[in-house]
Amino acid sequence: MPSTLLARLARSAAVLLARLVTGVRADWRGLTPSPEPRVYFANHSSHGDFVLVWAVLPRNLRHRARPVAAADYWEKTRLRRWLGHKVFEAVLIERGVVHRDESHPISRMAAVLDAGGSLIVFPEGTRNLGEEALQPLKSGLYHLARARPDVDCVPVWIENLNRVMPKGALVPVPLLCTVTFGTPIRIGEGEDRNHFLGRAREALIGLCEREARR
Amino acid sequence: MTPDNEAWILFGGLAVVLAVASLVAYVLRRRAGGTANPTVENLVARINAWWVMIAVIGAAFLVGPTGLVVLFAFASFAALREFLTLTDTRRADHRALIAVFFVVLPVQYWLVATGWYGLFAVFIPVYAFLFLPILVAVRGDTSGFMTRVAEMQWGMMICIFCLSHVPALAFLPIPGYEGRGLMLIAFLVLVVQASDVLQYVWGKLLGRHKVAPALSPSKTWEGLVGGILSATAIGTLLSVVTPFSAAEAAMMSLLITLMGFFGGLVMSAIKRDRGVKDWGHMIEGHGGMLDRVDSVVFAAPVFFHAVRYWWTI
Repeated sequence: MPSTLLARLARSAAVLLARLVTGVRADWRGLTPSPEPRVYFANHSSHGDFVLVWAVLPRNLRHRARPVAAADYWEKTRLRRWLGHKVFEAVLIERGVVHRDESHPISRMAAVLDAGGSLIVFPEGTRNLGEEALQPLKSGLYHLARARPDVDCVPVWIENLNRVMPKGALVPVPLLCTVTFGTPIRIGEGEDRNHFLGRAREALIGLCEREARR
Repeated sequence: MTPDNEAWILFGGLAVVLAVASLVAYVLRRRAGGTANPTVENLVARINAWWVMIAVIGAAFLVGPTGLVVLFAFASFAALREFLTLTDTRRADHRALIAVFFVVLPVQYWLVATGWYGLFAVFIPVYAFLFLPILVAVRGDTSGFMTRVAEMQWGMMICIFCLSHVPALAFLPIPGYEGRGLMLIAFLVLVVQASDVLQYVWGKLLGRHKVAPALSPSKTWEGLVGGILSATAIGTLLSVVTPFSAAEAAMMSLLITLMGFFGGLVMSAIKRDRGVKDWGHMIEGHGGMLDRVDSVVFAAPVFFHAVRYWWTI
């Protein structure tokens, strides 16, 4: 997918804006940046979450990391379609539809990894608007890990973006955000869904400063 | 000395001091050999950051009083976001937070720049203090209400109100000192920061007995006494650029270095409570903006009012 100059400019502008508003800082706590294919799985509180992850990835890794996002949101208007396809080059997934062939979401995600790219996924499925730090994780992450068991799944905690831009807010509050990268996990031989998702959940919560203070 | 000369001599002097510091750090690094000593590396980072900070403040001095108003407005902004990041605000506070960042902060610094002292002194303690909880209350979320409001009010007081007293010094009408108000700012910032640096140096050299082990492991009695005495000596020498006599400058230096020390303690207590070591990561080797200005924040209003009471008409 060749990106136009306009799309590239829009991408840089989004990253710059995210940096200015949130002063975002990376904490590579569990690993170092590397171009090998990875699945970054993060908590989800805002539509801008993956821009923040991009903003802290080194430039050479940034555009290999493709966000996985909901088609129903990003296909809705012309502007969103352009942003979703051209600017963010997202892997758009239709929610609540059953797939049987290579258009299956897991196959499409695996294809990105096979081509040397990385993925940014939000296993909570929808934005977290409640009081809990983390919603239950959906099984997509498990199926993806099953499909590519030798790819590192990196827990990523995005702190504060929900306070910067809560749902329905028009103006962001310029609080500081941190993106923390934890120790990668891989699915074990014969590990079942609940066990793997439980480990993924613990890996995420373990990075949450606010939770640690409680 | 003419006002212009004063600034050049002052910043020239600072450049010489920093050059010596850089040289010492270079020698220490050479002596450490191949192994990187974390204390020395931190020292180098701190000195390098000082070069940048002095350059930025120097540029603001070249612009004049307005330059300092803008500089400290940005410092307030950076400090405020560090402070509020560590509070427990909720979604219902969004509008109040917007008001703090984008209304209260610019209005306060506009009041500094226009020299409207009457409103400058009461705008945050009276008006912002009353209207902020109103903005929060009308949203109807009462969970932790008093804590949330109090945290935001503390943030406003510390990061906007107190810090805005630094550039306000340039607008004080002091008979026989017209056009030299910037030197009062230089005096305050220099003495308080020198005290911080010298407390650190004396503490590293001689520090044995901790002053407040529950708050800050690095503050020692030896550092405190040595730092405050030597910073007061510097302040006394600087009396030539102020409206103070040497004895008055010494008393003022003692006042602001003590306030600065206690300011550091209070801000350490907040950091301890929040479980962080530094307020932020903005300034390499120093931490955040608040880590650098915590002492100035506590010294500035007291210094401002002392000068205003005894030296203005």
